[in-house]
Amino acid sequence: MVRLLLPLVLMLAAGMSAAGDRSSLWPDVPKATGAPHAEGNAYWRKHHMEMMRHDRDLTMRDGDRMIAASLKGCFDCHTVTDETGATVTYASEKHFCRSCHDFAAVKVDCFMCHRSTPDGVDETVDHAALTDRRAGDILAYLRAIGEGGE
Amino acid sequence: MTRIKGAELSRRDFLRSGAAVASATLAPGVTLIAFGGSQAQAAADAGKRWGLLIDAGKCDADCSACVSACRDENGWGGHGDADRDAQWIRKVTLQHKATGHETTMPVMCQHCAEPPCVDVCPTGASFKRVDGIVLVDKHTCIGCRYCMMACPFKARSFVHEPVVNQKSHAPRGQGTVESCTLCVHRVDAGGTPACVEACAGAGYEAILFGDLNDPDSQISKRLAEYPSAALRPDLNLGQGVRYANL
Ligand code: SF4
Repeated sequence: MVRLLLPLVLMLAAGMSAAGDRSSLWPDVPKATGAPHAEGNAYWRKHHMEMMRHDRDLTMRDGDRMIAASLKGCFDCHTVTDETGATVTYASEKHFCRSCHDFAAVKVDCFMCHRSTPDGVDETVDHAALTDRRAGDILAYLRAIGEGGE
Repeated sequence: MTRIKGAELSRRDFLRSGAAVASATLAPGVTLIAFGGSQAQAAADAGKRWGLLIDAGKCDADCSACVSACRDENGWGGHGDADRDAQWIRKVTLQHKATGHETTMPVMCQHCAEPPCVDVCPTGASFKRVDGIVLVDKHTCIGCRYCMMACPFKARSFVHEPVVNQKSHAPRGQGTVESCTLCVHRVDAGGTPACVEACAGAGYEAILFGDLNDPDSQISKRLAEYPSAALRPDLNLGQGVRYANL
């Protein structure tokens, strides 16, 4: 259902944003840089997961490095920066993938293993909560919070 | 949900990465785009059998350049917690019981021809590429760790904690198992593994990388000329990694 709705919703969103009177509830899809997709945005909105899944299997299993669709490739054009000019990671609502996925309530698992920015961007600060080692020792963590240390 | 594999396969031919060299409009709204030649390989070569020859005689006891190079290249640096941190490659010291003589050498995934980790994996995540490189497909790994139990070399590690700031060529994440990939991303680009480069850079040249199937490769010649051994030869695993001067 989501698969059917999402492209529809996105097309609507695009159409209305062009009209300049879209509701603030529509996803605000960040502008991309670089050359547009040859197949058009509608095709990619609908099929990006099939394309990436297909290519990931070819790359991983068969060693095919002539890849058409890859997460790494996405960030060549779909990198988003915040007000300070820093590249945002998947921890931010502004991240390209999240702008639609939050709206559609479809969780992205990719970034449990893949980085969500181009190589060279330091993601550690944005994801500090995820890697807070005090969480490994729950008692010490609670004590620290209780003492107002956090 | 239907997969559109057939359609994707044909569109791949149009969409090989590289610069566009030609485009033609076949019909309104239908554009045929052909892309220029790319240096990237289209598939792992089944005719190759990648391997390493590690000369324990040349390995310095105080050097760990291969280990740090691997860690930097693949980003598996941990939290300083030896019980849980990943180890794709480690220095192992052997002591001869009678003489007390010590030998040190790096041990990593041995890239077996008959990998026990592949035999036991319930999901097919642990697999061997046609060129002999043994990998974990983390997309299908469920973190059961059977492969860790099955590996006689303790080559695999489980990722216990959330990971951030991975290398784009070496994705890794909590709940999956990982090990030496023989720097598959470098090998596929025509390069050599980071450990090999680092060892040579440190002046030891104790690790040699190459195609075991090619009789003219440096590694094959060296193997033919000098004695070498696979670890645990009793298991008949046909490792791609062999050791000299053990
Ligand atoms: S931990 Fe992952 S790779 Fe290893 S046996 Fe289990 S599913 Fe397979």
